[in-house]
Amino acid sequence: MRAVTSENQRADFPPATRGFDEPSFTAEHKSVLLAVILFAGFFPIDLRAQEQPLAFTGVQIIPISGDPIDQGVFVVHRGKIITVGPRGTATPAGATVRDVSGKVLMPGLVDTHSHIGGISGGDPSSPIQPELRVLDSIDVRDASIQKAQAGGITTANIMHGSGLLMSGQTLYLKLRDGNVIEDLIITNKDGRIAGGMKMANGTNPRRDPPFPGTRAKSAALVREKFVAAQEYHDKAARANGDPEKLPARDLGLEAVVEVLDGKRVVQHHTHRHDDILTVLRLQKEFGFRVVLHHVSEGWKVADEIAAAKVPCSIIVLDSPGGKLEARDVDWKTGAVLEKAGVLVGFHTDDSVTDSRLFLRSAAFAVRAGMTRAGALKGLTLAGAIMLDLQDRIGSLEPGKDADFILLSGDPLSVYSHVLETWIDGKKVFDRSDEKDRLWATGGHGAGNPRQTPLCCFGTWEDMR
Amino acid sequence: MKNHLIRRTVSTGARNLFRRDGPTALAARVFPHVAQLKSMSRDGGQREEHCAGTRIPCLTGFFTPLRKKFRAPAVLPSLQLFFAVLGFFPMSAQLMAQVAIQGEMVYTMAGEPIRDGVVLIKGAKIEAVGPSATTKIPDGYRVLKAKIVTPGLIDAHTVVGLSGLLNQTQDQEQLEKSAAIQPELRAIDSYNGRDPLVDWVRGLGVTTLHTGHAPGALVSGQTMIVKTYPPNVEQAVIRPEAMVAATLGPGAVSDKKDKPPGTSSKAVAMLRVELIKTSEYVQKRSKTDPEKKASRDLRLEVLARVLDGSQPLLVTVHRHQDILAALRLAAEFKLRLVLDGVSDAPLVLDEIKKSVFPVIIHPTMFRASQETENLSFETAAKLKKAGLLFALQSGFESYVPKTRVVLFEAAGAAANGLSFNEALASITIDAAKLLGISERVGSLEAGKDGDVALYDGEPFEYTTHCVGVVVSGVVTDTQPR
Repeated sequence: MRAVTSENQRADFPPATRGFDEPSFTAEHKSVLLAVILFAGFFPIDLRAQEQPLAFTGVQIIPISGDPIDQGVFVVHRGKIITVGPRGTATPAGATVRDVSGKVLMPGLVDTHSHIGGISGGDPSSPIQPELRVLDSIDVRDASIQKAQAGGITTANIMHGSGLLMSGQTLYLKLRDGNVIEDLIITNKDGRIAGGMKMANGTNPRRDPPFPGTRAKSAALVREKFVAAQEYHDKAARANGDPEKLPARDLGLEAVVEVLDGKRVVQHHTHRHDDILTVLRLQKEFGFRVVLHHVSEGWKVADEIAAAKVPCSIIVLDSPGGKLEARDVDWKTGAVLEKAGVLVGFHTDDSVTDSRLFLRSAAFAVRAGMTRAGALKGLTLAGAIMLDLQDRIGSLEPGKDADFILLSGDPLSVYSHVLETWIDGKKVFDRSDEKDRLWATGGHGAGNPRQTPLCCFGTWEDMR
Repeated sequence: MKNHLIRRTVSTGARNLFRRDGPTALAARVFPHVAQLKSMSRDGGQREEHCAGTRIPCLTGFFTPLRKKFRAPAVLPSLQLFFAVLGFFPMSAQLMAQVAIQGEMVYTMAGEPIRDGVVLIKGAKIEAVGPSATTKIPDGYRVLKAKIVTPGLIDAHTVVGLSGLLNQTQDQEQLEKSAAIQPELRAIDSYNGRDPLVDWVRGLGVTTLHTGHAPGALVSGQTMIVKTYPPNVEQAVIRPEAMVAATLGPGAVSDKKDKPPGTSSKAVAMLRVELIKTSEYVQKRSKTDPEKKASRDLRLEVLARVLDGSQPLLVTVHRHQDILAALRLAAEFKLRLVLDGVSDAPLVLDEIKKSVFPVIIHPTMFRASQETENLSFETAAKLKKAGLLFALQSGFESYVPKTRVVLFEAAGAAANGLSFNEALASITIDAAKLLGISERVGSLEAGKDGDVALYDGEPFEYTTHCVGVVVSGVVTDTQPR
């Protein structure tokens, strides 16, 4: 199947201002969500686990899409959220009811930039390799995935590293307990596997040839690739389905055409203010949709980012520095960007920061002036928007996926722990379960992959 | 190795105390008093050196009082002496004005916290600590107010000042890889008190650093204890030669095939060979016949101090088998160890407890991979339960370092099993005891250094700011961070 688009889809490349849709949470919107439910068949979800509705009562609900609800009622059924209401809201007949008074319930966290799953940093043979799929290298048994579940992360954008200008196709995964990678993938309505395109600029991709030696060369190489993809696209369009005229398949260009078509969002590593502006310049030239990642000096060019309507996914570290480009990384980035009107999310960049401490990133943004609501949205719905998944995840609303976490207290407090993590109505982490707890706290065995070949450490009887 | 080869000295006695006593007695005795140190056996005997910029002799021994490190016009020696007695830095008179710190809650770490408390600082030292009702603020004192007041924090093991903020080649001085064993490298010779990373950690409340050569070589060099202000190391240093930093296990293994050690066993063997060589050197150094007396060897001189127990060996070790190897080595040579890192400590708690060696635990949020793959957020809680003396550290991460602020590492421990007081102690008074500097720092008590941290809320909470820092009586930071 040729992935190039047809003539009627083509028109022109998307305008540079084409951005990201923010849900408005109106009644109309909810009807859209209802429609989404009809697409439930697309999800590889094990529904057997939840034939009965499950209700949580007495819980503080942080829906993100609205104000927090004290002592609320939250009901999920068959992998979907069916009720989010105040105290006294009726629970469905036959529902299992759990009183979780004193606890806090919020959407599962969305990590927009992660390297969990035992993946490699990127292929070092050339700087632009859009044909690489991270899909082909994830180990679903890697301990890092269990640890991310323990940190409350339910959806993660798994990407290759930033050592290439374009290091390949990323994968938006639901961190379900899966046996094979296909159990974790998200399928879009058009049948494509959900994912973006990882790009990077600045110093990381600078190396000996064929890698660029300067920033200008980096930009030139990227522009050449986009131009080639435009021509590839046009040639395919002119062929009008004639197999004789169609260009020979090019896996890399096919993927870049998806980027130009706006079907595949560029997830762009960038630190310095001038590198950020370079991304915006190329975005304007080629019209791709982009999310800026790390954005260490984003606070210096917040207005420019806001004007370009480009979302930012930021990293929060304990100190500035660590590398030259991150000299001016600042806890205030989230606050400054928020104030400028930029959609702000967070990421772990695991293993740069630990997935189990993801909530901490938002808390530090609040420490430096970001609003509490904005920071919590940054951990959830903002990330969902950046991954084009806002119709399914990121907030607690009827019709959305039952991806949520139960916390022991305020999500922004160091003392709070993730008690349970649920994906599609299935519990994937439970702190009260000793085996799960190991992933949350660490300790002997926590470094081992789940389901090791030696199933039962120390019990030689079992191995005979 | 024959024990009789080791010279018996005053500090050997101290070492025995260290080995026999429980953690509490140990805390008081880990480091001998300066008086003992004067008589400590060291090659070349007790040396007199001059503090930089002065003609005042400085003890370069274990415990060099800060007051001997001041800088003053050389033309007024008697005035220098006067200041020295006061423990006074002749720095900026304005900065050094008398300071009163009012806290809604003052955690002195010397008894119960004081509600509505006051800390008075005169010169470099704490003058008084008590409830505001009974501790009147004299006229002319600069008053700072905060919700929570704690002693200035102590990072029990870091590389700050040797490893700079940028993590670029030009600001990384913490690891010399040209040889596996280089105890002669001194932290004081490469500490940059003006690196922005020093300012950064101080701005979050850290006033004392045990910093120096990093894990990553079998014996990487020495560590030092230094204040985060003033920037001039000669003025800020508490102990220029604190410990000798060693690494065992995979962390000691060379990344070059032709350069030993290539395995963990080789690392231990190399260290044993070197310590035996040291004891022979000590013997030859003691000969009075100039023909037979060994000439000075800087490297063996330092290891001689490790052998006679006057300078602890700080062994960074993570896996349980490597922890046991370190204890085996210590038993063979009767070494004083400070165990560092110890990701697998919960697996060998009994052995560590039996050894009576104090522990500087890995940063709570340290990356778990390879030899640290089994580390736990709860290591501190487990050690506390076992009754071990420990402190927390920011440690060192080479790739995108993030564990740089010991306050946050203690916060992580507080959230994972330590009580608030225990976690705060691990970066204040317990760290001071472990480092042997509790006479100067670690708690808010009259006579101790004027090192104070001020917070606008519970210090471990992510959203709390450090709103003020005082180091040796100098108000260094007031910008909320």
